[in-house]
Parts: sequence; structure tokens; C-alpha cells
Amino acid sequence: MVGHGMTGMLGEDGIHVDMNHLKKGEVNLGTSIMAINFKDGVILGADSRTTTGAYIANRVTDKLTQVHDTIWCCRSGSAADTQAVADIVSYHLNMYSITNNEAPSTQVAAALFQELCYENKDMLSAGIIIAGYDPRHGGQVYSIPLGGSLHKQPYSIGGSGSTYIYGYCDANWKENMTEEEGIQFVRSSLQEAIKWDGSSGGVIRMVVLTAKGAQRHLYLPDTGYTGPGLTN
Amino acid sequence: MAGFDFSNYNRNAALHAKGVPLPKATSTGTTIVGCIYDNGVVIAADTRATSGPIVADKNCEKLHYIAPKIWCAGAGTAADTEFTTALISSNVELHSLSTGRPPRVITCMTMLKQHLFRYQGHIGAYLVVAGVDPTGVGLFTVHAHGSTDKLPYVTMGSGSLAAMSVFESMWKPQLNRDEAVALCAEAIKAGIFNDLGSGSNVDVCVIQKDKPTELLRNYIKPNERGQKERNYRFPRGTTAYLNQKIISKEDMRKYVSVEEASGDPNLMEVDI
Repeated sequence: MVGHGMTGMLGEDGIHVDMNHLKKGEVNLGTSIMAINFKDGVILGADSRTTTGAYIANRVTDKLTQVHDTIWCCRSGSAADTQAVADIVSYHLNMYSITNNEAPSTQVAAALFQELCYENKDMLSAGIIIAGYDPRHGGQVYSIPLGGSLHKQPYSIGGSGSTYIYGYCDANWKENMTEEEGIQFVRSSLQEAIKWDGSSGGVIRMVVLTAKGAQRHLYLPDTGYTGPGLTN
Repeated sequence: MAGFDFSNYNRNAALHAKGVPLPKATSTGTTIVGCIYDNGVVIAADTRATSGPIVADKNCEKLHYIAPKIWCAGAGTAADTEFTTALISSNVELHSLSTGRPPRVITCMTMLKQHLFRYQGHIGAYLVVAGVDPTGVGLFTVHAHGSTDKLPYVTMGSGSLAAMSVFESMWKPQLNRDEAVALCAEAIKAGIFNDLGSGSNVDVCVIQKDKPTELLRNYIKPNERGQKERNYRFPRGTTAYLNQKIISKEDMRKYVSVEEASGDPNLMEVDI
């Protein structure tokens, strides 16, 4: 367990977003997000639904946010909080690359995110996954759950929809997948998360980060779905 | 004495303990929308301001000026939308003077979101920011907690659901100016007719590249008060009477002093 019985801010798994913690009328990212390592880099994936209560405020949201050339993050929790944190990190990484005349590593970005999330933990509801590619370390995935701890992982899932796909991801995960296999893994995992989680939906957005840079993908949750429950 | 005075805090705490409720702010139960088109952007709003169940203003302005080519539609607490847009308008102008460049929509949006985030949702301003700048056309929503969205068509306020249903059924890519204005007006009308918090008229603002901004105040007035077909006035003689007695002025002079009124019926003299 990550948190230490943090009074309603952390679930048992330390990842689940406590909806009651959100302020009244706050825009929520009841979300399915993930990031994985593969042979040539990392892949980030997310659904595109933002909600205010029962209303879908945006059905084509981009929860994959660029904070540097090949360092991106997946946002879950409060939209306002995660946008503010990502904007601040983006600013610092920009300054870093100018003063050092060198692109920051993914670890530097993750440490900046952790600093903000930990020091302001009682004011924030933000569950963030950071993934990036840098020439020295290759692809890396970090996750920062609600308490502000930082975990380097081979792959990471987050948001309310992630609870439904822990078993699926664990059963299907392989080290050193090809780009094609990686995209298929993220795509089918998020298709499953969107299927079961009412707070996730819309389209599946993906970003592939390699030595060649960032490449965007977009998939629909229903097309090419191969999982159980098909009626045709 | 120097320093801060916190006596009001103790007074408010005492009042709160007694169960006195907080004063209620005028809120604009509102429909506001925005839509981009091939050469610019249109925003529109209804004109009803409410305070609880009371219509506080039948024809208020919810379209706020930020810069000549950046305008804002506001929902939420009326005072907060007014002062927030005025403050950001001022800072946008100073920023543009300091940089020597025309202001950008994304600059304005960032200033708004950072201001609103700092106040953690206590400033109840829900805004649609729209405009054109050298980078192109911009359309954003900003929520009171500081989150923003970028979309080709947006709605906000209590009538946003009614308005969004219009966009979702009638919007198409590559609209022209007139189609975009008509679509936005139709969305506001959906709010006016189907949402209790919205009403009265439609205000529209069209911001176009290489053309001055048009503010179409009361572009549509679907709730004009017409001449009533009947009234409650009764003609003379409606009430039957048994007898009639006329007392002349001369007869009254025997008992009280009677003075002739001046010609102007609006002038009412008061005796000393």
C-alpha cells in the first residue's frame, strides 16, 4: 500500500480518485489513463471524457499533455489541478532546457511533478503518469498517485477506469514489445476500461514517444474490439 | 491604530453561529455559447440575470470586452464575471503595450485560468473566451476552478445542455459567418425557451479576421411585450347605483376653503 490511511484521500490501492474529495461543481477527469514501456520508447494512452457531475463537459478532451519535446503526462483527478501542475512543470522544463542548453531527462520532469504534488497534497486531487523518452535513458514511465509518492514502473495505469483492467494488464503485459504490440496492448486495455467504467469514454488518444519524436494516434473504443461480450 | 482590523471576522463568526445565512449574490442562470467558423468566431448569450427565483434584470449584457478582437461570454456570479473580465482586459492591454504586439486569445485564457485557479473556485466565473489573433482563431471555455477546454463549439451555464443539443444536431465543419451566427442564436434560443434560468433576448458578437468586431446587441428579441388584446379596465357605468348626489364647489366653500389647482396636474403643492 502506498498511502498510510490518509483519511479518505487514498483508496486501498492508493490510486483511485475519491470523487467526494472534489469540490462542488469541479470539473472531473473520471478517467482511464495508462503509459507503457516498449522496445523503442514509451506509449501513453487515455480516454477523452471530462465530466461535471453526470454531464459530459467535453467528449474529445486531450488528457495527454506535453511538458517537453518528448516528455508527456497523463492527467487524472481534477482538471483544474492537473492543468495547473502541468503548466508549472512545463514552464520549469522550458527554463531548464534554456539554461542548461540540453533537454531535461524524464526523471527531472517526474521529480518536478512529485515536488508539486507532494508539497501541495492537501490542496490537490491529481493522479499523474509521466512518460518520456531521452537519448540517455531511453523510454521511462513514472506514476504519481494521490499522496505524492513517485514510482518508476515498466507500465502504469491510472484513473477510475484502471481498477477494471488490473487483471487484464497483468495477464497480457510483456517486456520489450514492438511498437505495434505496444499500441495494441494500450488500445485493447483502454477499450476494456471504457467498456466497464461509466466515467470513461469518447475516443482513445495515444502518443508514441521514441528517438524519432512524438507521434499521435486516435482510435475508437468500439472499432476493432476483440474482447468478450461481442453480440454479432 | 495601525495594522489590520479583524473585528468583522468575529462579528461574522457570531452571526454564523446564530444561524444567519450568508448574503446571496446575483447569479446569472445563463446560456452562453461560442462557435468557430472559416474566417472567425461567434459568441452569443441570453440577457436574463436572476437572484434566486427573481429576474433581477431582463436585458443585461453578458458579452464582455477584453480587447478589440477578444471577447468573453460570462456565466455564474454576475459580479465575478464582470470584475474578472475587466481585470484581465486591463492586464491584456498593458501586456500588449509592453510587448508591442496585438494580444492573443491563449494569453488571455492563461491569465484567466491562473487568476481563477488561485481563488480555488471562490470566484464564480464561468467563461467562454473567443477571439482572433495573428496565430488564428481561438475559442476556449474557462471554469471557475481554473480548468480550460479548447473546442470548435462550446456551451456553458444552466442552459448549456439545451444549447449543446442544438450544436450536436446542427453543427457541421466549415460554417460561414451567417451560418455560425444563426447556429449560435438558435442555441441561445434553446436555452431561453427550455431553461428557467435563461430568458429574454439574444446578444451576439462576431469576431472576424481583417474586419472590425461586430457586437449585435439584442440580435433577436423573441420575448417582446406586445399589446395586450384585452384589459381589466371597466367602462364608466359598469357598477349600478341607487342614487346620486352632486355637491357643487360653491356649497363646499361654506364648510372648507377650496383653492383652484394650477394647470399642471403633475405639480402637487403642499400646505405649510
